[in-house]
Amino acid sequence: MKREPFKFLLFAVLVLVAPLAFKGGYLMNVLVFVGINTMLAVALNLLLGYAGQISLGHAGFFGMGAYLSGILTATCGWNPWLAMPLAALAVGILATLIAFPILKLKGHYLAMATLGLGIIIYIVFNETVDLTGGPSGLSGIPNLAVGSLVFDSDIKNYYLVWTFTLAVMLFSVNLAGSRIGRALRAVHDSEVAARVMGVNARLLKVQVFALSAVISSLAGSLYAHTMTFVSPASFGFNFSIELLTMVVIGGLGSVYGSFLGAALLTLLPELLRGAQDYDIVIYGGLLMVMVMFMPGGLVRGIPDLFRRMARLREGAGNA
Amino acid sequence: MLEVSGITRLFGGVTALEDVSFTIGQGSITGVIGPNGAGKTTLFNIITGIYGRTSGRVTLEDRDISGLPPERLARLGMVRTFQNIELFGAMSVLENVMVGLHTKGSSGFLACSLKMPWSIAEERRIRETAMKWLEFTGITELADDCAGNLPFGKGRLLEIARALAVEPRIILMDEPAAGLNSKETLGLAHLIGKIRGMGVTVVLVEHDMELVMDVCDRIVVLNLGRKLAEGTPREIQENREVIAAYLGED
Repeated sequence: MKREPFKFLLFAVLVLVAPLAFKGGYLMNVLVFVGINTMLAVALNLLLGYAGQISLGHAGFFGMGAYLSGILTATCGWNPWLAMPLAALAVGILATLIAFPILKLKGHYLAMATLGLGIIIYIVFNETVDLTGGPSGLSGIPNLAVGSLVFDSDIKNYYLVWTFTLAVMLFSVNLAGSRIGRALRAVHDSEVAARVMGVNARLLKVQVFALSAVISSLAGSLYAHTMTFVSPASFGFNFSIELLTMVVIGGLGSVYGSFLGAALLTLLPELLRGAQDYDIVIYGGLLMVMVMFMPGGLVRGIPDLFRRMARLREGAGNA
Repeated sequence: MLEVSGITRLFGGVTALEDVSFTIGQGSITGVIGPNGAGKTTLFNIITGIYGRTSGRVTLEDRDISGLPPERLARLGMVRTFQNIELFGAMSVLENVMVGLHTKGSSGFLACSLKMPWSIAEERRIRETAMKWLEFTGITELADDCAGNLPFGKGRLLEIARALAVEPRIILMDEPAAGLNSKETLGLAHLIGKIRGMGVTVVLVEHDMELVMDVCDRIVVLNLGRKLAEGTPREIQENREVIAAYLGED
């Protein structure tokens, strides 16, 4: 526990200097997405990895944040800094209202219900053409700005997005090691025992679901203001599954794991671009291998791999 | 202290419990015994708010608690342990007990995620108190072990430590001696005595007759969902109906 602040500081410094290594270029744009996806993966991990509640509809909350921010600024002419918290508040209220009935379900049933929720939200994006622009999307969303500093380039957006991502990560690390984080993990392990200890499991699950939705909404707002354009295709069922994959591949119940998962799944398609038609096959194959050989996710699997390699080298030295 | 009156529970067409009533005195140790399928665990689940009841009333210190959920009961001073140990397996032994102190803290999502000074102080207090309960049950040296890897007997002790951390006025234990060897059972009897010594009322469902006769002040006997007898251990041992129910005579 004592090492947590140090670990976070190291990570923050790495994030700060990473652009120097890439010297701008198109990869900077990908790193902005790594930031947004990390935020989303951390949000989903709070729900899935800590509280043990699945959601296959998180792309919906992400999309709602993006569209609400987009509509309030591009259509209604609001200041983005005002639209962002308002969108988050609206998504938070909606998530709370939905969470009360939906979180009574467990396992596969909860998965189905959240899946349905995500699909409904996606259909709304597509069909309310007057509001969202329908399948052709919503354009003309303004960039965020502080005074005369407008976040209109990849490098500026990188620092903007990562400021939020780091804040979300810090809050989540703090939360995980606290009274509330403990109660969440207790509900995950044995809901009945947690309740006997006085943990209001039902309320706690609703709260963490809402919190997770709010963070996803914030990520959506950031997405809208950095891209300046949103369309329904980014918020479909596929993306919910991709988020789930990030959390599982990275490591359930680990904030840094969520970063690893998000980074891998965002960068991999870019790195595999050279493989042309085979990229999907390699991508799928890699995911399968990782799930099979690193069931605890990258965050536990990578240190394990190093330990094993060190042991192998030791063995070779002795022989 | 605890009064159970006219509890009936139907599962579909099956009557699991029928009109069961008894009273448990403050600071006593009461055993609930009976052959398999007598309804002991069902009764425990109803008293502790895990199952609903079909009819009847449960009162705790003159307060009607029937139908209250377990998380409310914890705050009113009632806690239980489980027959098939329900530990938080992915957490450390110490953390398990710290969950038992959940109601002793008040930091919410915001204070916890911002690490406010008072929530840090509260966390330290919770950790210290949790250590005290590990000491009380004699498992201090296991504090950092993963609860899921504990041997059965130690898991039992941890479950009791975690329950005591709630600072209950009454603790219900569902077969605490099941799966323990004779030495561990002896330790358990001693621990139950120590718990009563703190003024906590104890109720146990138990199959180990030696333990029940040894530690209990009063015994309630259930058979086929009804109360068969109630009395001191000596009275129960001499009760013909009880002997018949256990040995199958008529």
